[in-house]
Amino acid sequence: MTTSDSHGPAAGAASADTNGRPQADHADRAKTLVQRIADLRAWLFLLALILGFEAWARISFGGTFILNPFNLQSITIFAVAPLLLATGQTFVIISGGIDLSLGFIMGLAAVVAAHAINAFTPGLGMPMAVLLGFLIAVLVAAVPGIINGLLVSRLRVPPFIGTLGMFGVARGVAFLLAGGTTVPVNNSFFATIGNGRIMNVPYIVIIAAIFVLAMHYLLSQTRFGQHNYAIGANVQAARRAGIDIRSHLLRLYILSACCAGLAGVLYSARFNAGAAQAGEPLLLDCVAAVVIGGASLFGGSGTIIGTVAGAFVIAVIQYGLVFVNVEPFWQFISVGVVIIISVLIDQAQRRFSGGRQDE
Amino acid sequence: MNDTAPLLEVSNLSKYFGAVRALSDVSLVVRPGEVVALAGDNGAGKTTLIKAISGVFRPTSGEVKLKGEPVSFGTPQEARDKGIETIYQDLALADNLTIGGNIFLGREPMRRAFGFLPVLDRKKMAQAARQTMAMLDFHVSRMEAPVSNFSGGQRQAVAIGRAVYWNAQILIMDEPTAALGVPEQRKVISLIHQLKAQGRGVIFISHNLQDIFAVSDRIIVLRRGVTAGERKISETTHDEVVKLMVGG
Repeated sequence: MTTSDSHGPAAGAASADTNGRPQADHADRAKTLVQRIADLRAWLFLLALILGFEAWARISFGGTFILNPFNLQSITIFAVAPLLLATGQTFVIISGGIDLSLGFIMGLAAVVAAHAINAFTPGLGMPMAVLLGFLIAVLVAAVPGIINGLLVSRLRVPPFIGTLGMFGVARGVAFLLAGGTTVPVNNSFFATIGNGRIMNVPYIVIIAAIFVLAMHYLLSQTRFGQHNYAIGANVQAARRAGIDIRSHLLRLYILSACCAGLAGVLYSARFNAGAAQAGEPLLLDCVAAVVIGGASLFGGSGTIIGTVAGAFVIAVIQYGLVFVNVEPFWQFISVGVVIIISVLIDQAQRRFSGGRQDE
Repeated sequence: MNDTAPLLEVSNLSKYFGAVRALSDVSLVVRPGEVVALAGDNGAGKTTLIKAISGVFRPTSGEVKLKGEPVSFGTPQEARDKGIETIYQDLALADNLTIGGNIFLGREPMRRAFGFLPVLDRKKMAQAARQTMAMLDFHVSRMEAPVSNFSGGQRQAVAIGRAVYWNAQILIMDEPTAALGVPEQRKVISLIHQLKAQGRGVIFISHNLQDIFAVSDRIIVLRRGVTAGERKISETTHDEVVKLMVGG
């Protein structure tokens, strides 16, 4: 009796949703407007900061802050390393984890790149040595990423602990390889990459921009990115949907380590030397950039676009305060305040959109 | 009441965990367009039964036939591929993704941007989501909103919509109304009516006799791992079912 082919609006339909529908739709619209504004908060922050420094510069000494190409260039160069780390960190934080080892993976890559380029330069010529050194440094950087990934995915070590351990290991190995000092590079091609520019845009800024664009594509347009968001929101749901969580997490931590590897190589190029402590101050900066950029430390939300703004917020604060000649310690205070404000906005937004509309 | 060939036939299913007998000789038939309710006290074996059917573990003995063919699933994924979908209480949705994102989670459609760059085909996901949800008489205008914006009943509809889109023939629903308010419960009941009208089979676990009587064709009552009784809903009463459950 029930196998009739009565498709479409069947008998039970009429009773259910006489009241809920328009109301819920209305709520959607209001909430997403709030969400959209909150998503843009890092860019608004950045704009406010730049305007603030600009006003300060004009009032106190009649100069310009952001319209000065030298300043602009310095800020972008300054932002490259924290931005690259923050890009990897964005992926990890969206998945609900955190990668504390990135700073020293960057240092490790910087030292390895310096050594490798020095070793290859006599035999292979300068450009080839740089290419090989770059590849080797990124591959070496991937090793702690693999270990992080295995710890988190197979052995179920909490990311905070697993990557904290790798923070120590990478740090020690980097200092051992560097012999406790910095490793100068004797390769002028490498130095050109690190300090040259085309139409006033530094090469390393171009390299970083292309890389970040590719990462934006990976996060927003591919299955890997989509699964990353799903895992951060509901691991159980992702698993039930047939996503291979273990292989995803492994690839995820390798990816973040490779971001740090690239940052390390660009660091060596810029300073013409590898240093184990290259990324030491950047670890917390990169987490801060991701959080300021709108990601939630609970996972499930965040974008590369937001992280870019977050990284520039930090860079502008740090550079701007030096520019207006304030004692450098104010940098820590202002970055700290911005982080707290960001988290407060995140939580307000959560409260707004978390309270679901019941019909 | 229904002479069509059964979609799902479970015969003499038993499951032991070591020496503990969780389920013994339980049989169950679901025909197209039929809603079969599973009732029973906590620990009666309802969950064990659906887990054995949906591939979470293999039964110790007994047979499961899908459209007349014997099947044995090692994982829930295998069961899903054959058209048996379980809708869990906690919904198993990724709250930060859209309806389309949830429907296609794990098997997202791709397209080529500029002729070479593979990107997620969000348009296709939104379109399929809209069509699927319309089939369940659920209409939303904003397909790009994350499902966290929707109410409990609407989210339940998304979970069911995903199963329907992937052409599930048997939907197993574990307490689908438990966490919902009364109007939302009505909505889910009407969703089950829709599934029925589409000729799918539904196994419906509930503690709520009112819901069971509102939507089911038959009820199977389990007690301590055995079938305490099977009744047509049209021929039984609340009192009789309760007696079967507690063993009066």
